[in-house]
Amino acid sequence: MADEALFQFLHHEVIQYVNAAENGETENGRCITKLESMGFRVGQGLIERFTKDTPRFKDELDVMKFICKDFWTSVFKKQIDNLRTNHQGIYVLQDNKFRLLTQLSAGKQYLEHAPKYLAFTCGLVRGGLSNLGVKSVVTAEVSAMPACKFQVMIQKM
Amino acid sequence: MSRQSNRTTDSKKMNSELFTLTYGALVTQLCKDYENDEEVNKQLDKMGYNIGVRLIEDFLARSSVGRCHDFRETADVIAKVAFKMYLGITPSVTNWSPAGDEFSLILESNPLVDFVELPDNHSTLVYSNLLCGVLRGALEMVQMAVDVRFAQDTLRGDNVTEIRMKFIKRIEENLPVGDE
Repeated sequence: MADEALFQFLHHEVIQYVNAAENGETENGRCITKLESMGFRVGQGLIERFTKDTPRFKDELDVMKFICKDFWTSVFKKQIDNLRTNHQGIYVLQDNKFRLLTQLSAGKQYLEHAPKYLAFTCGLVRGGLSNLGVKSVVTAEVSAMPACKFQVMIQKM
Repeated sequence: MSRQSNRTTDSKKMNSELFTLTYGALVTQLCKDYENDEEVNKQLDKMGYNIGVRLIEDFLARSSVGRCHDFRETADVIAKVAFKMYLGITPSVTNWSPAGDEFSLILESNPLVDFVELPDNHSTLVYSNLLCGVLRGALEMVQMAVDVRFAQDTLRGDNVTEIRMKFIKRIEENLPVGDE
């Protein structure tokens, strides 16, 4: 069992590194893409480990519920607080106290840096879904720290 | 659905696979970004150092370990308290130098390398080099300059993973002029 502080620090260090490597290009830059693709790879690996002995999922919604409950609990020690869907392939996952943002000030001071702290997790979700046979695009937005919303758009094959 | 990850509800503990895989993703990225393994090793050490500098705060706050009086005590705290707390393993402390300024940490299992195989073209990569940086950074914050390196690594075919630590000097605290 690795300690959680360790992951937090490592995650932070990864962000710092990628940022420096991309010459401090902020939002919408290659930095986010890079972090996201790292998360994607990790998500793929994690889901393989987690679903070793779970029964097959019935449908898309079942998969999403799994992500919100079990997957989120194993990674962030809590469940997603709110899951909404339009039943046409768009899901909104709301986490009112997202663990990777809790170390940042809850005010507006670091709002501009928040996307960097979410990119890895977007990839994590996308990678997880991809290995469960669901192709998706995952984006995140923060309106008030430390709450955030992940939007999952399912891509029809 | 019973899953092994639901073993503990201790909020301080988390799934170590996440950490291991994330670390793997980082090393992979570094190998892409840099031409040679030496550079990757250097970067990992640097990042480890940054983590160590912060981690020591967390460690001292949570473990209530006081100041160590000698290097032997330091070795014990690192092996029995710190490694246990953060990686869940307890390395053994061996191979003391006669002067008592050098020792080895023997890790029978290294959580960082759970899913790793080194390809042949990365023979000089010290995969877990982050750990060296962490140890160096953390000890520097408690006024100890140490030299940390991997002497053996199971990834490279050795029987055990061995981290060699050498005490260099005690860092003097320089108070700014005029500070009481």
